[in-house]
Amino acid sequence: MLEEVIRLDLQHLNQTAQQMRRHIVEMIVKAGSGHPGGSLSLADIMTALYFHAMQVDPQRPDWPERDRLVLSKGHAAPALYAALAMRGYFPVDELATLRQLGSRLQGHPDMKKLPGVEMSTGSLGQGLSAANGMALGLKLKGIESNVYVIMGDGEMQEGQIWEAAMSAAHYRLGNVIGFLDYNRLQIDGPVEFVKSVDPLGDKWRAFGWHVIEVDGHDIAALVQAIDQAKARTEQPSLLLCRTIKGKGIGFMENKAEWHGKAPKAAQLAEAIQSLQGGAQND
Amino acid sequence: MTKKMATREGYGLELARLGEQLPHIVVLDADLSKSTMTHHFAEQFPNRFFNMGISEADLMGTAAGLATTGHVPFASTFAIFAAGRAFEQIRNSIAYPRLPVVVAATHAGLTVGADGGSHQAIEDIALMRALPGMTVLVPADAVEAAQMVQAAAVLGGPVYLRLGRSSVPQLARPDDYQFTVGRAELLAEGDDVAIFACGIMVQAALEARALLAQQSINASVVNISTIKPLDVAAIVEAARVTGCVVTAEEHSVIGGLGSAVAEVLAEHYPVPMERVGVLDTFGESGDPDDLLAKYGLTPNDIAEKSIRVWRRKRS
Repeated sequence: MLEEVIRLDLQHLNQTAQQMRRHIVEMIVKAGSGHPGGSLSLADIMTALYFHAMQVDPQRPDWPERDRLVLSKGHAAPALYAALAMRGYFPVDELATLRQLGSRLQGHPDMKKLPGVEMSTGSLGQGLSAANGMALGLKLKGIESNVYVIMGDGEMQEGQIWEAAMSAAHYRLGNVIGFLDYNRLQIDGPVEFVKSVDPLGDKWRAFGWHVIEVDGHDIAALVQAIDQAKARTEQPSLLLCRTIKGKGIGFMENKAEWHGKAPKAAQLAEAIQSLQGGAQND
Repeated sequence: MTKKMATREGYGLELARLGEQLPHIVVLDADLSKSTMTHHFAEQFPNRFFNMGISEADLMGTAAGLATTGHVPFASTFAIFAAGRAFEQIRNSIAYPRLPVVVAATHAGLTVGADGGSHQAIEDIALMRALPGMTVLVPADAVEAAQMVQAAAVLGGPVYLRLGRSSVPQLARPDDYQFTVGRAELLAEGDDVAIFACGIMVQAALEARALLAQQSINASVVNISTIKPLDVAAIVEAARVTGCVVTAEEHSVIGGLGSAVAEVLAEHYPVPMERVGVLDTFGESGDPDDLLAKYGLTPNDIAEKSIRVWRRKRS
């Protein structure tokens, strides 16, 4: 019986992730620009966070005891916006305003404009430091919430990430849980051709983090990994998530060209069909 | 002899004093706490002090995160590493989300001295004042530095507080002087030329005024301790009374106080103007006083420029 409930819940979470992908593609097509590849690779992680792990209250976005999420790879804003809208922070219809003049949905997340956005990000390398600051602040206030932070693998080329990795370990920030979207592609091509970042697990372990390697598209595994990370109260954890850039849309998967390019309106039907095909396979 | 104290010392002592009163103050440093004087706070409030090591980008980002949880972080390091190295972190993690972080940068300007040109920030005011919503404060002495700490702690937005390494005399001013963000301080009246100064150059301007008086030129001296938002009314009024102005700053003549005043006067009340500052060059190692002399930042330099602009007005 219990297993049945969990299975149904997983099915629901997988459907949520697919719906999130549909929103991501639709809003980027409507906007005519944006970053589909690295947004799609995050849909399952976002689902595990906003629809399972995170203690949040969309009616009270400034609730002091909420969990926080910092999207350090801020160009994946469509994934964050879709998750926030689906979770009830603002109307889903508003997703159609992405990147338009006067919209709360800026090209990169703006905490001053949109409820639910915890940190203004987009300039790569800066999110982990901010997450650490939040974690220190929460500890000072005796609040036991967690701070989640999502980083890209290309972003590992930013030096500030490693400054912040040292800080989190030094200050024993067990309330910091990082996700590394390890999709192996960046704008100019494969990360290993642009500038190698491997071996990432070894690097983070050497910096004092508890590293959990996980399939970033397996929501059950993600949920389990998050629970494992939460249990580490004196050490920050990193979920090294193997992902596929453009995940869910056949013609985008594993293609660097879809890092920062919007599909044409004519490609939308094919994209949605691809998503529906994928959902049936799940 | 008046009491001498560096503005960084006034900052550090006041921060430690205020820590008791304002529990939401936290302090971050980048391995320079004995130089920035945040060690006073660290000794009293070790749980609210975070040494981030030699990682200025991380320092600013961490401060930003702390600010989101209802704290007012004071992030300290040398001006060259704060405004310079971590400029984009200040821009995007602090100023863009309008977080109440006080970037308290010490060792600004040439009077860093022997460490030399690599460590003498002469462009930090220009960088910081270009950021939307950034309040830029430059105290003239340790008393004003302490008052700025109080003001910055409750301002509710990003602040750049520019502090110096060398001891400076306490300005002669009424005991009840109270610094207010955005308000210039008229230190001495005069109707022949107005001298607008900030930081250590305020004292130099007062000395220049005495030199000018020997030649029967009456200078007014205004302490522009808030570079942004600038006290436009006070600047225009002094320019209107005197008809010519000189600016004096321990900073490049490009982008700092001189530029800010020129922008105001060009739009509101154009009068002849001269600037005293570092003339688009880097500094070098040396004794602070010798450096000020070599780079044209002495009371004599201010007096000479004042006479020049006063003649321009009359011609």
